[in-house]
Order: sequence, then C-alpha cells, then structure tokens
Amino acid sequence: MRKKTNIVVGVLVFLLVVTAPIWLNFGKSAAAEGPEVSLDTPTINALPEDQRKCIYDTEYMRDNHMEILHQWKVQVVRDDNRVMVTPDGREFEMSLQNTCLDCHSNYEDFCKKCHDYNGVDPNCWTCHTNESTQYAGGATADEVNSGEVAS
Amino acid sequence: MGLIVAIVIVCAIVAIAYVGVAVAGLSALFGIILPYLALAVFIVGVVYRIANWAKSPVPFNIVTTCGQEKSLDFIKTNPIDNPTTRAGMVVRMILEVTVFRSLFRNSKVELTADGDLRYQWEKWLWIFALLFHWGMFFTLLRHFRFFMADVPGWVGAIEAVDGVFMVDLHPIYLTGIFMLLGLVGLLGRRLYLGKVRYISLLNDYFPLCLLLGIVITGMNMRYLTHVDINNVRELMISLITFHPAIPAGGISPVFIMHLALVCTLLIYFPMSKLMHAFGVFMSPTRNMVNDSRKKRYVNPWNPVVEFHYYEDYEDEFREKMVKVGLPVDKTIEEAAAEKAAKEAQLKAELGM
Repeated sequence: MRKKTNIVVGVLVFLLVVTAPIWLNFGKSAAAEGPEVSLDTPTINALPEDQRKCIYDTEYMRDNHMEILHQWKVQVVRDDNRVMVTPDGREFEMSLQNTCLDCHSNYEDFCKKCHDYNGVDPNCWTCHTNESTQYAGGATADEVNSGEVAS
Repeated sequence: MGLIVAIVIVCAIVAIAYVGVAVAGLSALFGIILPYLALAVFIVGVVYRIANWAKSPVPFNIVTTCGQEKSLDFIKTNPIDNPTTRAGMVVRMILEVTVFRSLFRNSKVELTADGDLRYQWEKWLWIFALLFHWGMFFTLLRHFRFFMADVPGWVGAIEAVDGVFMVDLHPIYLTGIFMLLGLVGLLGRRLYLGKVRYISLLNDYFPLCLLLGIVITGMNMRYLTHVDINNVRELMISLITFHPAIPAGGISPVFIMHLALVCTLLIYFPMSKLMHAFGVFMSPTRNMVNDSRKKRYVNPWNPVVEFHYYEDYEDEFREKMVKVGLPVDKTIEEAAAEKAAKEAQLKAELGM
C-alpha cells in the first residue's frame, strides 16, 4: 500500500514538473508577441529615405549584431583597423558609441526591448554609455562629455 | 556498426528537419505538430512505463548491500550502504541519484601479461556521467528563458555563474562544455574499452549520438550560426500557452535542427534505456530496506498455504487413537464438552 502511494506521488510530481511551464504561464499568451523596436530617431529621420539602411540587412543584423560588435572590437583593438566596408561598398567607422548609437540613439525603444524580452544582459554598458546611463551626482551625458563634471 | 547506424540516423533527422523547413517550408509540421506530439508521447510513455513497473511483483527482498548490516551493538554498521531503516534507504537513494555512487564503485578486470588477474578502479564512467548529467541539468534550467513568459531571475543567476569564463566578449557556458565532454567521454569509453564495446548495441550508441547532436546544434546557435532568438522565444511561448503560431519573422531552420532532435529525444525517451531516470527510483535493489531478518518478507507469488496443526490432527483421529491406546491431549469427553460449549456460545451470539 505504501509502495502504491509512493508511486502515485512520484508520478504526480513528474507530471507537475514536466508541465510546469504550461501552468506557470497560463493565460500569458500575449508574451508570444515579440517586441517591436523603434527606428524613430533624429539621425535616422534626417537621412533620405533611400539611405536608411543599416550596414547589413535587418534579418542578418537581428541574428548577428553581437558577433559583428565582437569582430569590430577585435579589429579595432588588436589590428588598429577602424573602417569597415559593407558588401554594397559603404564605409563605416567601427564604433558602437559613434556609429551604431548615432542612428540607434533610442536605447529604451531599441536595444533594451529585445534584450529584456529574452532576458539577455549584455555587458556593453559596463564601458559604453547610452541614453539611460546613470552618472554619479545625477549629471547628464553632455555635462560629462564636455568635461564639466568628472564622470 | 551500431555507432555508424546511430550517426546516420541522427544526421538524417537533422537533414530532414533542415530541408523540411528551409526548402519545403514545413515550419508548422516541425515547429508546432512535432513538439506537441513529442511531449504527448513523452508524458504518456513515461507514465505507462512507470505503471507497468509498478504492477510487477517483487518476489524477494533483493536490496544490494555494500556495507555491514546492523547486527550486534559492538559491530560497526553502515546505515547508508546497508540500510536497515527507511531513512537510510532514502539517504542512499538521494546520494545515488545526485552523485551516482554505484558508478563510483565501477571496476574493470583484466589479465596482465604475466597471467595475473588484476582489478582496477575504473572511474571514467562516473566522472563522465557526472559531467554530462549535471551539465544537462543546468543547461535545461538555463533554457527556461525560452519557456517562461517572464524570464525568472534565477535564470540570470545561473547564467552569471555558468558563464563566468568569457572569451572576448562572449560568456562561454561551462555546463554546455561539461555536457559535450561527458558525452564524448562516455562514447569514447564505450569504444576504447574492448569488453564494453563488445556488448554495445545500437540502442547504446543512439542516445549518445542523439544527445551529442542536440548539444552540437545548440552550441552552434550560441557560438557559430546565430539565429534570431526573438522568433524562437515567440514560438516556444506560443506552444506553451496553447496558442501555437509560427512567428511573423519565420523560424530559422538552424533552430529547427535542434528542436527536431529534442523532439526525437522526448519520443525516444520512454521506449529506451533513458528510462533509467525514472527506473532508478523503482529499482528493488536500491529502494528496499534490508530488514528481512527483522521482518518477514512475503513473496506475493506464494500460494496461500493451509496448515494442519497437531490439534486438528488429534480432532480427526482421536477415537482411533484412544482405541489403540495412544496418548491424547484431550479425552473424547473433554473434546465433546468443548465442542458443545462452543456451539452453545455461537448460538447465544447469534440469538438463536
């Protein structure tokens, strides 16, 4: 009798664990809608329609942006090569701060959206800054960059 | 031979999944139908196997003992390796499941060149099994970033510890490496040790190759061929919340290779040796208490035995015994009086 009870309890625990994601996320199907990132920034809007293109196509950037940043870092830091040429012949400075964030200056509506959705915590912002970077004493990015306040 | 067949099967599954999605556009088949089917087969299959085991009788108390049984007070006993109490058995089971103590005892026997028989501690099975199982456990936990609508904090905590070693800017997850090392080691051991190779069959090689395929396709997405994980997460959440839909951005065939192998694993699980994950809890050699000297263990197969005691014997033959002068416990008169008294009592009880 005790054996039977043990097995029934064991099977119930198994079922509970295996189906845990189902009952823990019950009624949260809205999360199946992925985040929408915004391209509405001053720099992008200032560009003529036909030049609003990232270094690679959107699909490739979505999959590989972290790999590109990694390769840029290696090229700039180790090989002293600061210019990249895209497949269609355009030239860009390999810099997260000056190139990527120039167009995509809306961290909250761009980077953060997908990273939050997927629970990703990239280590870009331990060195680089974005619009949400908190400075000591509540100084603004402009004040820090112009040297008025020590960062 | 079994190894080659196993590799061919795993490669075929990967190829079919990739071509099916990339060329034939069967995203719904591989992304929605197959995962649901696999999960259903896994759950029903595992419960069926457990129920089947539960129905099997255990004729003898066959607990394996690896230490001194509880005996006289001055003899040192081993309450875990020779559990005489339920608590000892539970501790033993927990240690078996978490640190594989029975694999730790694995030894190999060989004849030396001089013709001597030599026993040797063979620790590799234990080491590789530990690496693989614990690696897989934490890798599975990390995957909850895809299985939960709100990514729980502990996933980030595990990733922080797991990815403590960084190569350039990438965290390299140790548990993934452990899994890979463990699987390669288990496969290598199976091939390297002649006696183990001799007894290895397709159903030994296939789970190893399948799991290797899962690890390789998974690591490929993490370190080499990246995919848009937004789409992966959208698909998984839609499946989990029973609103299945292929994400608007499509689903990468590179991911489908991984998913198809995982689904194969779920389907294969209940019909294979992988059931050891559940079987270990139901092994009489591990889940029984070695108390058969204190408590009678009744074999459920035993037929009911009717005993014929001396009292019954005397009742049957009393008159003949008295006739030939044999001694009896009760005289004929005493037996008759006792019988009458019993009948009277019975009548009184029944109110007749």
